Amino acid sequence: MDNLLSIVTFIPALAAVILALFLRGEDEAAQRNAKWAALFATTITFLVSIGIYTGFDPNNTGFQMVEEREWLLGLKYKMGVDGISVLFVMLTTFIMPLTILASWDVKTRVKEYMIAFLLLETLMLGVFMALDLVLFYLFFEAGLIPMFLIIGIWGGANRIYASFKFFLYTFLGSVLMLVAMVAMFADAGTTDIETLLTHQFASESFSILGIHILGGMQTLLFLAFFASFAVKMPMWPVHTWLPDAHVQAPTAGSVVLAAILLKMGGYGFLRFSLPMFPVGAEVMADLILWMSAIAIVYTSLVAMVQEDMKKLIAYSSVAHMGFVTMGIFAANQQGIDGAIFQMLSHGFISAALFLCVGVIYDRMHTRDIDAYGGLVIRMPAYALVFMFFTMGNVGLPGTSGFVGEFLTLMGVFQVNTWVAAVAATGVIFSAGYALWLYRRVVFGDLIKESLKAITDMNSRERLIFAPLVVMTLLLGVYPALVTDIIGPSTEALISNFDASLAAAGDYAAPKMAASH
Amino acid sequence: MIQADLSVILPEIVLALFAMFALLAAVYTGKDKLGVPLVWATGGLMAVLAIWIATTGQGTNVAFNGMFVDDGFARFAKVTILLSAAAVLVMSQDYMARRDLLRFEYPLLVALAAVGMMMMVSAGDLMALYMGLELQSLALYVVASLRRDSVKSTEAGLKYFVLGALSSGLLLYGASLVYGYAGTTLFSGIIETAQHGHVTLGLLFGLIFLISGLAFKVSAVPFHMWTPDVYEGSPTPVTAFFATAPKMAAMGLFARVMHDAFGLAVADWSQVIALLSLLSMFLGAVAAIGQRDIKRLMAFSSIAHMGYALMGLAAGTQFGVQALLVYMAIYVTMNVGTFAFILMLEKDGKPVTDITALNSYAKREPAKALAMLILLFSLAGVPPMLGFFGKFYVLRAAYDAGLAWLAVAGVIASVIGAFYYLRIVYYMYFGEEGEELESNSSPVLWGFLMASAAVMVLGIVNMFGVEGAAAAAAATLVN
Repeated sequence: MDNLLSIVTFIPALAAVILALFLRGEDEAAQRNAKWAALFATTITFLVSIGIYTGFDPNNTGFQMVEEREWLLGLKYKMGVDGISVLFVMLTTFIMPLTILASWDVKTRVKEYMIAFLLLETLMLGVFMALDLVLFYLFFEAGLIPMFLIIGIWGGANRIYASFKFFLYTFLGSVLMLVAMVAMFADAGTTDIETLLTHQFASESFSILGIHILGGMQTLLFLAFFASFAVKMPMWPVHTWLPDAHVQAPTAGSVVLAAILLKMGGYGFLRFSLPMFPVGAEVMADLILWMSAIAIVYTSLVAMVQEDMKKLIAYSSVAHMGFVTMGIFAANQQGIDGAIFQMLSHGFISAALFLCVGVIYDRMHTRDIDAYGGLVIRMPAYALVFMFFTMGNVGLPGTSGFVGEFLTLMGVFQVNTWVAAVAATGVIFSAGYALWLYRRVVFGDLIKESLKAITDMNSRERLIFAPLVVMTLLLGVYPALVTDIIGPSTEALISNFDASLAAAGDYAAPKMAASH
Repeated sequence: MIQADLSVILPEIVLALFAMFALLAAVYTGKDKLGVPLVWATGGLMAVLAIWIATTGQGTNVAFNGMFVDDGFARFAKVTILLSAAAVLVMSQDYMARRDLLRFEYPLLVALAAVGMMMMVSAGDLMALYMGLELQSLALYVVASLRRDSVKSTEAGLKYFVLGALSSGLLLYGASLVYGYAGTTLFSGIIETAQHGHVTLGLLFGLIFLISGLAFKVSAVPFHMWTPDVYEGSPTPVTAFFATAPKMAAMGLFARVMHDAFGLAVADWSQVIALLSLLSMFLGAVAAIGQRDIKRLMAFSSIAHMGYALMGLAAGTQFGVQALLVYMAIYVTMNVGTFAFILMLEKDGKPVTDITALNSYAKREPAKALAMLILLFSLAGVPPMLGFFGKFYVLRAAYDAGLAWLAVAGVIASVIGAFYYLRIVYYMYFGEEGEELESNSSPVLWGFLMASAAVMVLGIVNMFGVEGAAAAAAATLVN
């Protein structure tokens, strides 16, 4: 099939349009139909997307299954996947049916809820497949709209604040990227990502308003993209929207946010920042490595003192994303492989952890850690699942969490030993907050009256967790499943990166000349 | 010769004659009873003229020794003006009729204003420019105070008149300076006085006064003060009219004067317009935050949007003009839809403009709320709506012309501006149960709202060919 990527991308949107136009009423039957239709559509999307996975040739480092059409203003509608993006596509299609299942108990405006999630899926898939700058931006930004509504309509008590903060924060980051895209369009004369990957942007240093800019144009472009992706990731210190958004979002919203939306930042770094602005990346690398190390340690410490379970996991997400940025900007094979692996693994584990919170939140309607304790007595199956993913979050060998952390640490160790040393302490802290959370919620005596009647997971909830457990374990014991696919592409990425750095030559030269 | 001249301005003549004959006919027969049929007749005639101009217009035709220019640029602007004026006229019929405002003069004044606007975008001479501008303005002063028994409406009309007269004075003063120093009122003559890319000092003074007068008409900061008051005070359909066709006309005139008369001295005016653009974008974004009245809010929104459109003009390039035209076409379409929505808001038969009244609107009217949601995100410039592409065009134009700082400032202003659009979404979707608005679904308004929202979404496929038309139009103005 020639249009496989477009088909996969737009199945959910089509389902959303059908739901919007043809489903009437707010009664029980209409709600049930909306849920089943959404589940059906996301499942179909997943099944069709398996075709992308099987049709993908890992040894081909270029873009595959490319579709190209003319669009407005010399822009193109161009879609394609390579080793870096294909697994994110799979992650998205894999997670979405689970989030729909996790939303089975939504009672208000079910139809709109499902439409928002279906549209969100289309936009997320588009981000990972787009091979045109503006098309990428379109999907990247448009995803804010459904997420804004999901947090704002179906969120918790303080949802208004969280939704506005989420929207404006990420919007501000992205508009600077838009200007950078315009600049790239003007400079290279095209918005085709494939062409831009081979385009050498100017890297001669210059001064603006007396500020010396090492790496010149490339550094400015890099910073503009960085503003967007760093907020999206999110990196310390622009992570503050994430805990708010997570806490207020409904469970499924948190799952999508943690599992997929955050990955767009890392994907953006790998797709744009590193290969297109190697000089800019080189100039900024040390700063970013240290920011990542600070993120890992600082947010882990912050996570320890949280009272709210979702907030704790949100901060832990920021810490884990710190490993990702660290691995990416180590700019070597282990680092980048590890970063991608970490993103995928975090996609499963953080999704599962938010679902774990969702399970008890649905029963008790509170996320206060103090409100729980001794759940293992009434909920043994839940305790087991929660234990498994806590261990995954900690990075226990045998789970996928270990591989990502280990590879990124190994990658950065070769580049900057101190950063690796500081980041490694973060691994210990993560064990601290994760295990402490687990102890307070699951172990201890069941003394709270309100918990006496709590029920264990029902079969729907077990069904949601089963595939996540399988994936976490599978990737943990057989990481080659991922590295075989991403390996050749990251290898090509790194050799291109090194080659264009060498070609850019001594970008710091004018500064040297000036100082003599 | 005169016959050839007249054939060039045939659309304007048809519309003007129609307005005058209809005026006579209405005075001598049914008076206000003719209001409804006249609205439909005028709207229909405008739509027909728009189609006529769009399909038959060819090449560049000059009439009356260069006073009147009918080229691709003028035709693009005229089609936009006529279609939006027709749309607003048809939309206002139900609202006006139920409030006993539908006097027979209303559609005819709109028609005369449209004639003025068509003159404006076709002006090839300072005299023609002024004639068109005043014809338009006089008609607009009157419709602003159409609700005679309302203090606010009268005040709006008076304010608009006094400030409008002031701006006309500035413009005339500038025109006389330009005439004095260039020795001609023809644009084609003025342009030749520029040397080495600059005009003489005297002309520069004239140019600045001209820009001031024109900036008033497009309500660019710092000449925007009338906008919120006039938008708020006028009857809503009139506000809708102000926000659409006259903006397109004034912007078209602005581009026409700058490029036709001062096109060889781009460096002299582009920085002035860049400043107007910068101030408009930021004031429009910041000042709207505190507004509760949706009409005032739309006034500031339109100030901000004029800032973006001016960004395209500030570029001073052919692509800049193309971006300006695309932006204006999208802007006008969005505003038609938004005002269709505003016109539907009422309670106990009275119009409602307080945005807090929109509380939980989405629960009661999911379809309308969704359409408005799309329009609001489009106004904010969030992809994938068409409004984003308007912004993308002007950003591209500004960047290419070396105005990267303006582009950066523009996107930052758009983030600030996004806040107040989001707040309307917040009331509609996240708000608590409040007093219920009546569900007034006049099919015409409903249709325009839905069509406008659909255009914002479906337009991203190929913009319905507007892009190509705008490119051709820009090529005739700048070459």
